[in-house]
Amino acid sequence: MDNNIRIEVKDVNFYYGKKSALQNVSMDIKKNKITAIIGPSGCGKSTLIRLFNRMNELIPNTKMEGTINLDGENIYSSKIDVVEVRRQIGMVFQKPNPFPKSIFENVAYGLRVNGIKDKKYIREKVEKSLKNAAIWEEVKNRLFDNALGLSGGQQQRLCIARALAVEPEVLLMDEPCSALDPTSTRKIEELVLDLKKKYTIVIVTHNMQQAARIADYTAFFMMGDLIEYDITDKIFTKPSKKVTEDYITGRFG
Amino acid sequence: MQIHFDQELKKLKEKVLKMAALTEGAIRLSIEALKNKDKDLAKEVIRADSEIDRIELEIEEKSIELLATRQPVAIDLRFLTTGMKINSELERIADLAVNICQRVLQIADKPLVKPLVDIPKLAILARRMVKDTIDAFVNKDKGLAKKVILSDSEADKLRNSIYFELIDDYIAKDGSCGRQAVPLILISRHLERICDHATYIAEDIIYMIEAKIVKHHRDKLKGNQ
Repeated sequence: MDNNIRIEVKDVNFYYGKKSALQNVSMDIKKNKITAIIGPSGCGKSTLIRLFNRMNELIPNTKMEGTINLDGENIYSSKIDVVEVRRQIGMVFQKPNPFPKSIFENVAYGLRVNGIKDKKYIREKVEKSLKNAAIWEEVKNRLFDNALGLSGGQQQRLCIARALAVEPEVLLMDEPCSALDPTSTRKIEELVLDLKKKYTIVIVTHNMQQAARIADYTAFFMMGDLIEYDITDKIFTKPSKKVTEDYITGRFG
Repeated sequence: MQIHFDQELKKLKEKVLKMAALTEGAIRLSIEALKNKDKDLAKEVIRADSEIDRIELEIEEKSIELLATRQPVAIDLRFLTTGMKINSELERIADLAVNICQRVLQIADKPLVKPLVDIPKLAILARRMVKDTIDAFVNKDKGLAKKVILSDSEADKLRNSIYFELIDDYIAKDGSCGRQAVPLILISRHLERICDHATYIAEDIIYMIEAKIVKHHRDKLKGNQ
């Protein structure tokens, strides 16, 4: 297997009941790169990234075909522990969703549910994660305040810190900036660019400029089909398919 | 979708074409002024250049506004950035037509040192190259753009033959004809520079059509016509 590939998607089909949401999707997600998934609403982009940490199986009456490998291992194999998959592949959502607990406890939560009790270790890990999520300086003097008192942008970075605390290999981000102002968006984008040194990042976004700014690779989906997947510069200067060009230039539909 | 933006791009393209038409006109008239030693016409070309400068600024400001507000990508981005480059190249071409007219004013009161033979040939080539680049832009014709790029060496050859003839056969033999001969050398230089700018436009047009940068890599054009 190519050592530069973190996630390998092979011939994946996905159905909500009888409705097909993804058809024959195959793609390789490269290690330590940012991959953006773009496409119109309902094209299957969120469905795809939720398959990467087996979140779709929480939805009743769904069916998946094909394989998804993480570092060469099929994450849908019966031998695999789903909790371990979700530790390895963290996720950040569209709307910041901190727990109604202190800033500290939000980040420590994942460690505690993973059975870690060593207080010193937890303290160090919380600090490191908050630093990695570029929010430490803003919260270091109020770690025990309720996280819901933070601004939207800070809450989102806290959620990133929470995801990082359990040391995932992949970070999935489902429109992480759509509820944020331009300043917070810029901070998250800077953070994502820093994080790719350590993590593989897959980001779903409706913001074309965001994909163009931060992603190394961009995949364009439409109606469950992977239409084009290429280096981001190529997608935004000279896409191969007319339909991709129509979508990114806003002439679609 | 994108109807307003499409209309703005169309308006911008029309403005670039207007700029191109005025520039082509300036070259044509500057050559007429030279052939007929027509000082009034030369002055008219010099005066009319301010209109070309005005349109150049309009195109530049509108392009920057569209880049900032529309954040174009793909073909829209390539069209806008190419349009901006074509705009400045056309403005420089128009300035060279003005330079030709300034030389005409220097030599118009005395007889020419020799009948004009190669300069009109170079002038025809320069006009044709400018016209072809504009046609290539309008029709997204990469074949025509490549033809322009490959014509550039012909312009260099003509300029050299004008240089050597005027220096070796006239200035070297009779230094007193320098005042009349040097402006002709400069005119051949201005015409050859017009051909260079037409070539730069053609290179930008190939980028617009194919997203392939051929500037400084003319070898990329070979075998791909």
